[in-house]
Amino acid sequence: MSRRVGALAAILAAGTLAAAGCSRSGTPGSAADDGVVHISAKKFAFEPNKVTLKRGKTVILELASLDRKHGFLIPDLKLRADVPAGGRVRVTLTPDKTGLFPFRCDLFCGSGHDGMTGVIEVVD
Amino acid sequence: MSSQLTRKDFLKLVGLGGIAFASGLGRAAFAAGTKAGYAGGGDDDFFFVQLSDTHWGFTGPKANPEAKNTLPRAIKAVNALKHKPDFIVFTGDLTHTTDDDQERRKRMKEFRATISKLKVKNIRLMPGEHDASLDEGAAFKEVFQQETHYVFDHKGVHFIVLDNVSDPHGAIGDAQLAWLKRDLAGRATEKPIVVFTHRPLFDLAPKWDWATQDGAKALELLNPFQHVTVFYGHIHQEHHFKTGNIAHHAAKSLIFPLPAPDSSAPKSDRTPVLWDAKRPFQGLGWRVVDADPDKSSFALTEKPVAGAL
Repeated sequence: MSRRVGALAAILAAGTLAAAGCSRSGTPGSAADDGVVHISAKKFAFEPNKVTLKRGKTVILELASLDRKHGFLIPDLKLRADVPAGGRVRVTLTPDKTGLFPFRCDLFCGSGHDGMTGVIEVVD
Repeated sequence: MSSQLTRKDFLKLVGLGGIAFASGLGRAAFAAGTKAGYAGGGDDDFFFVQLSDTHWGFTGPKANPEAKNTLPRAIKAVNALKHKPDFIVFTGDLTHTTDDDQERRKRMKEFRATISKLKVKNIRLMPGEHDASLDEGAAFKEVFQQETHYVFDHKGVHFIVLDNVSDPHGAIGDAQLAWLKRDLAGRATEKPIVVFTHRPLFDLAPKWDWATQDGAKALELLNPFQHVTVFYGHIHQEHHFKTGNIAHHAAKSLIFPLPAPDSSAPKSDRTPVLWDAKRPFQGLGWRVVDADPDKSSFALTEKPVAGAL
C-alpha cells in the first residue's frame, strides 16, 4: 500500500506552526494569499469540512488538533498524516484533477470517529 | 432441505474457489446429516460459527432499539442448532467504544457474562477497533485474559488470529508481521489456513476506513499458500472477495447494518442503515462455516436474527 506518502504530498513539519508565522486571512475552506488552508481537528469533526482548491495550484494544508491525536487521510490522493495531540502538521498538495475527494480521520478517536469526515473539491 | 442433502449437493449450490454460500436457507439446510451437518462428510469435517460486531453497550434507537436483545437472540439461535459447532468465533467489536476506561471494562465484562450462555465453551475472541484502539488493547487483555493475536490448530486447519486494531492507525504492525512470518515459515503450502481478523486485509473502501494500513504485507506472506480463507467483520454486512488465491468473507453485524461499499449514497460517511420497524433485525445475522479440510473447502450458511427463534 502507498497510503502513507503520496506523490502529490509531502509532510513538511509537525507541531511547528508557531514558528511558521502563517497568515489566517482568506475565506474559510480556501487557500489564503500565502497558499495555506487551515483545518482544525477535534472529536469528532474537521473545521472546515469542505475545502475548495484550484487544479494545478499548490497549497499547504495546515492541520491542527484541538484535543487528542487524529489522522488525516485523502484516499484518492494518496495523502495521509498524523495530527499530533494539541499540535499541528503541514502537508503540501498540488491537485492535478478536478472532482470531489473525501477525507477522514483514519486514526480511531472514539464513538464519533466514523463521522469525522470532510471533502476537498478541486475546480478549474 | 431434506436429510438426504449431501455435502456434494450443498457445494453445488453456489461455488467460488472451493467456497459455497447458502444465504437464507435456514437452519434445516445445516441441520441435516452427520456431525458436520451433512451426510457423507469425512471424519475430519467440522463446523464453526462466526459472530461479529456485537457492539455491546451501543445505544441508538434509530439504528437498533433492540440493542440489548440482539446478541441474546443470536446466542439462543446458536444454542438451538441441532449439532454443536466445534467452536465459536467473534471477529471483533465485541463492545461499543467509550472514552471511559472503567465503562469499557464494564461493557467487556457484561459481554463476557452474556456469551457465557453459549452452550459451546470453545470460544475464540479478538478485538475490534471499538474494543482496543483507544488503549492499544489493554482492557481487552485484562478482562479476557488473552492476547489479541494468536494461532491454533483444529482438525488439520491452521487458524491465525490477526490483530489489526490495537494500533489505532488500523495496522498490523511490523512486530506482528514478523511473528506471522515466523509462524508461516516451513508450513506446507497445500494445507488449509484460515485467518480471523477484524478489518479487511485488502483495500475494500479506504474512504470509509475499510482497510488495513499494512494489510498488503500480510497478504504477501500468505500468498504462497494454496488454500487461505479470511473471515472478518468491521463492515457490518456479508461480502465476498478474492485477492489472488485468498478468499475474504465479511460477516454481518449483530447491532446494525452499514451501507454497501459500492453504495452511491450522497453522503461521504457511512451512516448506519436505520432500523425498519416493519422488518426488525433486517440485515443482522451470523454464519455457520462448514469445513472440509481434506478438500480445503468451506461452506457458508448465513443465518438471520430476524425470525431466528
